[in-house]
Amino acid sequence: MENLYRLGIAGILIMVLILLDCGDNSSKKQMAPSITVYTALESELVTEYLKSFTKHHPDINVRIIRESTGIITARLLAEKGNPQADVVWGTAASSMLILDEQGLLEPYAPKGLEQILPQFKSEKPVPTWVGMTAWETAFVVNTVEIAKLGISASDIKGYEDLLRPQLRGQVTMPNPNSSGTGLLTVAGVLQLRGRDGEAGWEYLTRLHDNIKQYTHSGSKPARMAGSGECVVGVSFGYAGISQKQKGAPVEIVFPAEGSGWDLEANALIRKPGISSSAKIFLDWAISDDAMNSYRVSYPIITNGKGGNYEGFDGDPIKQLIPNDLGWIAGNRESILEKWVSKFDGKTESR
Amino acid sequence: MTRYSLRRRLVRFSAAHFGVLFFVLAAFTVVFILPLLSLFSQAFTNDAGVWAGLANYKRYFSSPALSVSVWNTVHISLLTTLFSTTLGFFYAYAVTRTAIPGKKIFTYAALLPIFIPTVVQALGLVYIFGRQGIITQLGFDISLYGRNGIVIAETIYTFPSAFLLFYTAFQFVDGRLYEVCNVMGVKPLKCFFHVTLPEMKYAIVNAVFVCFTLAFTDFGAPKVIGGNYNVLATDVYKQVAGQFNMSMGAVVGTLLLIPAVLSFIVGRFISTHNSGAMSAKTTALTIKENRLRDMLYFILCAAVSASFLFLVAALCVGAFTAFYPYDMSFTLKYFTFTESRGGLQAFFNSISMSALTAFFGTVFVFLAAYMIEKTDGYGLLTKYGKLLSLLPLAVPGMVIGISYIFFFNSPANPLNFIYGTVAILVLSNIVHYFSVPYLTAAGAFKKLDKEFEIVAESMKIPRWQTFFRVSIPLSANAVAEVAMYLFVNSMVTVSALVFLFSADFKIAAVAITHMEEAGENSQAAAMSILIIIVNIIVRALYELVIKFNKHKQSARESM
Repeated sequence: MENLYRLGIAGILIMVLILLDCGDNSSKKQMAPSITVYTALESELVTEYLKSFTKHHPDINVRIIRESTGIITARLLAEKGNPQADVVWGTAASSMLILDEQGLLEPYAPKGLEQILPQFKSEKPVPTWVGMTAWETAFVVNTVEIAKLGISASDIKGYEDLLRPQLRGQVTMPNPNSSGTGLLTVAGVLQLRGRDGEAGWEYLTRLHDNIKQYTHSGSKPARMAGSGECVVGVSFGYAGISQKQKGAPVEIVFPAEGSGWDLEANALIRKPGISSSAKIFLDWAISDDAMNSYRVSYPIITNGKGGNYEGFDGDPIKQLIPNDLGWIAGNRESILEKWVSKFDGKTESR
Repeated sequence: MTRYSLRRRLVRFSAAHFGVLFFVLAAFTVVFILPLLSLFSQAFTNDAGVWAGLANYKRYFSSPALSVSVWNTVHISLLTTLFSTTLGFFYAYAVTRTAIPGKKIFTYAALLPIFIPTVVQALGLVYIFGRQGIITQLGFDISLYGRNGIVIAETIYTFPSAFLLFYTAFQFVDGRLYEVCNVMGVKPLKCFFHVTLPEMKYAIVNAVFVCFTLAFTDFGAPKVIGGNYNVLATDVYKQVAGQFNMSMGAVVGTLLLIPAVLSFIVGRFISTHNSGAMSAKTTALTIKENRLRDMLYFILCAAVSASFLFLVAALCVGAFTAFYPYDMSFTLKYFTFTESRGGLQAFFNSISMSALTAFFGTVFVFLAAYMIEKTDGYGLLTKYGKLLSLLPLAVPGMVIGISYIFFFNSPANPLNFIYGTVAILVLSNIVHYFSVPYLTAAGAFKKLDKEFEIVAESMKIPRWQTFFRVSIPLSANAVAEVAMYLFVNSMVTVSALVFLFSADFKIAAVAITHMEEAGENSQAAAMSILIIIVNIIVRALYELVIKFNKHKQSARESM
């Protein structure tokens, strides 16, 4: 019995120590100015990019929360009553439009704003969000698996090529209801085919026959193509390129007709007591130094001085279709509802 | 509560007892019911926050693409329940009622799935049944993505729960019943239907409800291999994290509560008389020899546990090969984890968070179970307590996570200070995993002889002393089991924590989800291998505690 009590007391002491320790970590760091940054950038890129920030501002402690675009946006919306984040960094412009509409964003013109091309920042006089990089629809083709179907990767050039009968049940694309990439691809197809008419929907209906799975994540189709789980993954450029770098037998194809796109954008969160460090971070986030590190993995940076990109001949910005983000935001709900009723309801497993 | 029943209640037991019971229920209401209400109230408001009555529900059910998820979810839950309870029943039968070799190994193997995050179980299935999977390459394509994949994954996920329920129940069946069968020359099959099944009635009902509810609300497997097959849990995700429609998310969230409420109602009809208790005259069963039976059951056990081990082996292949299936050379590179996901620190954070959950959770679970189960009379308070104890089983983690943001992040909430700390993670874990430990604790207390308390009361020993000096030491095994359950589940859970983890305290299971989303399956497999190892160590510690207790008990008895 006595032993049991001693064990219990020792247990309580250990637990209190752990609790104190967990609390302690954060309080120590809070001595230095500290900002909380929410981001949807890929984890490995966050680590890479932040090196430049810590070099310039070693005194500012950046606390990162990284989640997928959907979760980050949902978290920001749910925290609306008492915002926890100071800055949103590298999160879809389509999300920024929603956050802005809900009054979560504080207008701020970061240093060097004039260098950003006009189509890549919010239209307000003092912008509520500013783009840093763009990402765009790309097809990731598994060269080994597609050869087994009797076509070669170089046969896949544009959207029509995804309708080939050999590819029946072999194409994967993200669900626009849960993935930003899915939304920009669908919106891109619709805009390429006369926006409000039925031509875009007809294409999507025919594509549906070849779809193996609609995924919840935009990079997953690229990953599935990389591991041979599907033959063609409709995804975005960087996702495909990182698969290739890791050794997957894939080719990245940018559709000849042009790609739908969205931006990774930055914004200041509206809250009482906005920290000056948050503004310093936003200034850095579009500085030349930051842009140079984005350039390594993103061909399209919003000051127009992009890098060389596999699969592009010449200026990658030309690959982007004239995209109307305002139209997408305004029609988002009706597009998604129509998409759900056409394709999401067909739920038989393939 | 009416004044009359309140007075009657106060007469029956001391004010202190009532105070503690009241405190426990109030605490649970604050950390569970109030947050849920703050979310679910949105099911009845429109985008602008104005009362909309049932308009959201009307909209949901009038959209065929959405409401088809209801039937899909029922469909996969029924199939899962059927497979998992049948398998669990016969598997448990095999390790308790037959003379097959390797029973211990089979018992441990059956528990393997609870050590692995569901996202990773699904990942393992992709390695096995996916297009490039080991089995598919051999020519058996089961078309994994969609209903089939979900049902397989959910069966694996719910199997350990079903197995454990039956395993415990089989151990309590009186061996004398079978001796009677034997003496009277009753045929084995008849004996099975007339003795075994009736004796197992409550375990079967429990297992059916637990499996059904778990499959009904799980999100990990449908997300990874659900394909185009929509279920309610992925619908919540799409509404909340895709369309940012909290009201619709809340609508779907309330639908997920239905099975738990049903099981509470059915439970009230069935469990009025409990058969689980062991009487002093119960004798252990003597197992008859039967070669054919043993062989059949051995094949069943071997097949089930081999498939679980296969799953873990597939993860190892994923974690240690350079690029499956195109470059199969050995590598350790996937065991270095990206800094912005928390690196290896996330793994250690998970361990301390799980330890805290196990500790505080066990204290709270036993306190709650004692206060609710050991209170005489059937007052409203204890009924409310019993409903509270069952409900968490039905609430998907994502719903807990978002409701915690709404509730705890509000500046008006005096508990606001815990937001963004490890405390809120621990709290959400305790609430999320409350039901099963509660049943374990309640079961342990029910088996204790009431006479202890009667004697203690007549000797004027305070109730709390009886609790600490008699009830808890006698339930030591259950204490260890609850602590282990909470620890293991906290190591693997994701859905609530995704919304709650802070920048300073990242955790391993969330990191795994990020890796899976980013397509870094090998890193995800590597991290889950670390988690599996820790969970197996904790499980081994639990076995040691049980062994130690047995020793002490037999030493005491021989004195």
